[in-house]
Amino acid sequence: MFQTRIHGRGGQGVVTAAEMLSIAAFLENRHAQAFPNFGSERTGAPVVAFCRMDDKEIRLREPVMAPDAVLIQDPTLLQQVDVFQGLRQDGFMLINSARSFEALGIGDIARNMNPLRCVCVPATELALRFLGRPMPNAVLLGAFARLSGRLAVDSVAAAVRTKFSGVVAEKNITAARAAFDEVDRQLTQQAGVTHS
Amino acid sequence: MTLKQIEGSQGVAEAVALCRPEVICAYPISPQTHIVEGLGEMVKAGQLRAEFLNVESEFAAMSVAIGSSAAGARTYTATASQGLLFMAEAVFNASGLGLPIVMTIANRAIGAPINIWNDHSDSMSLRDCGWIQLFAETNQEAIDLHIQAFKLAEELSVPVMVCMDGFILTHAYERVDVPSQEQVDAFLPSFEPRQVLDPARPVSIGAMVGPEAYTEVRVLAHAKQIQALTLIPEIAAEFKAHFGRDSGGLIQPYCCDGAHTVVIALGSVLGTIKDVVDELRAQGCALGVLGITSFRPFPLMEIRQALLGCQRVLVLEKSFAVGVGGIVATNVRMALDGTGQKVLTVVAGLGGRAITKSSLAATLVAAMNDQLEPFSFMDLQHEVVDRALGRERQIRRSGPVAESVLRDIGVVASKIS
Repeated sequence: MFQTRIHGRGGQGVVTAAEMLSIAAFLENRHAQAFPNFGSERTGAPVVAFCRMDDKEIRLREPVMAPDAVLIQDPTLLQQVDVFQGLRQDGFMLINSARSFEALGIGDIARNMNPLRCVCVPATELALRFLGRPMPNAVLLGAFARLSGRLAVDSVAAAVRTKFSGVVAEKNITAARAAFDEVDRQLTQQAGVTHS
Repeated sequence: MTLKQIEGSQGVAEAVALCRPEVICAYPISPQTHIVEGLGEMVKAGQLRAEFLNVESEFAAMSVAIGSSAAGARTYTATASQGLLFMAEAVFNASGLGLPIVMTIANRAIGAPINIWNDHSDSMSLRDCGWIQLFAETNQEAIDLHIQAFKLAEELSVPVMVCMDGFILTHAYERVDVPSQEQVDAFLPSFEPRQVLDPARPVSIGAMVGPEAYTEVRVLAHAKQIQALTLIPEIAAEFKAHFGRDSGGLIQPYCCDGAHTVVIALGSVLGTIKDVVDELRAQGCALGVLGITSFRPFPLMEIRQALLGCQRVLVLEKSFAVGVGGIVATNVRMALDGTGQKVLTVVAGLGGRAITKSSLAATLVAAMNDQLEPFSFMDLQHEVVDRALGRERQIRRSGPVAESVLRDIGVVASKIS
């Protein structure tokens, strides 16, 4: 089983991101379960959503407390919520930011993890460029597909089309593919550093 | 059938639509809202030919349901928590009159303190109102139980609640198999009411009954529940023949053969319990699980039979009767009357508190080692309770309890579980 936890704020599409992730896995013939951990339902409040994927039926209903991957849609949560709670050292960490882990103040955490599994992606900037709106959720799923290697970016695109239609869907997909490429570029560069 | 990855609420909305309801009346309340929103959209889009009534309250929702069901229309509504309490008087009337309404309860805690999260307090508060109560373990089962519920309700002329855990199921995306219209039509005949308000053949429904016959009318209501004990498994078997799936029935035993300790629960927590039990069984623990699908009628004989041979029963319940203890456990004790089997009660998941594998495993191990109190709360913060009691002893005007406890434990928004 592969468990993902998504952190963001009300209005950023955190719950929708987890749902799309589960749909992408479903489209690849896997079992998936997505559910929110609703707190106060208001714009800007911290929101958490979960997605589990497995090759067999998922019966477990507890919140994801030891995630294989953490997606952070809003880096201002880093100082507010224990977003890395239970994250394994060999887990995946994906943060929506144009800044580095050091600049975000989490250099210590990132250094303890596999550098090929930790990435910052400027998803909000990509969303603004391709969609004209600061909606990072679908964009980050494109990045997640590359980082985790668990999903084809085409499955993410198909999942986006179940939630959005027409131009909005296509712009989200374009942005998601751009995020996929950005992670690819960073990981290729990182692999070079690791090998040299 | 079509496999879909959809929200539980959407799945239930589609299942209800496949049952061709003629009247849908509802008032929105979390976590039920997505179900009736989904149905409302289908009616508006012309996909479902039904009268959709936006009513002004839950009391009105059930009152409309009573009227439309008595007029011979297949009728559906849904609610949760305070909404169910607000319609309580009409809920008793619906069953007292024997009207086959189907209602989803998206299980949620009851205030005060106000709490939107899941537990079973709402359904349990009306457990003895004369409705049949079926609890779904998964979204697939929630879909299947709704299809079975209309058949059961209309055959017996008794209303049915399908209870599904709020948020945990209603807001969860998971794979479901949605039947085709042809399949549901073949399984569920059109509504042939046992009683109907028909101008061509006038009757009145709802006579005042005095001491001369009130007991007899109530006993007849009980007789319907007893008939349901036979009909529920029959309908589940028929459902399997049509749809190829085991869904519903009275109880669902899991690894009970040879188990020394059996865990009893209702609803979605059964999945987590089965995962824990599988892991403990792999270590040699003689554990089993018994899911109760039909809480009303309560299958006393079937539960007694399923628990034959086990030494100890652990009832894990998401509600409790303040001042006494477990509700499900009290019923289970009735089923085990005279057997001498030990019944332990653990209250868990109140107001949405996460029921984790680790806490479950610790509880089960303690139970097997006879180290569990007869009545306990999983993951209770004893020190918080003790401090609050201490404040009340020391200060006369100790203030409102909920506020004082929240101040004591500090900010909780940053916690994941």
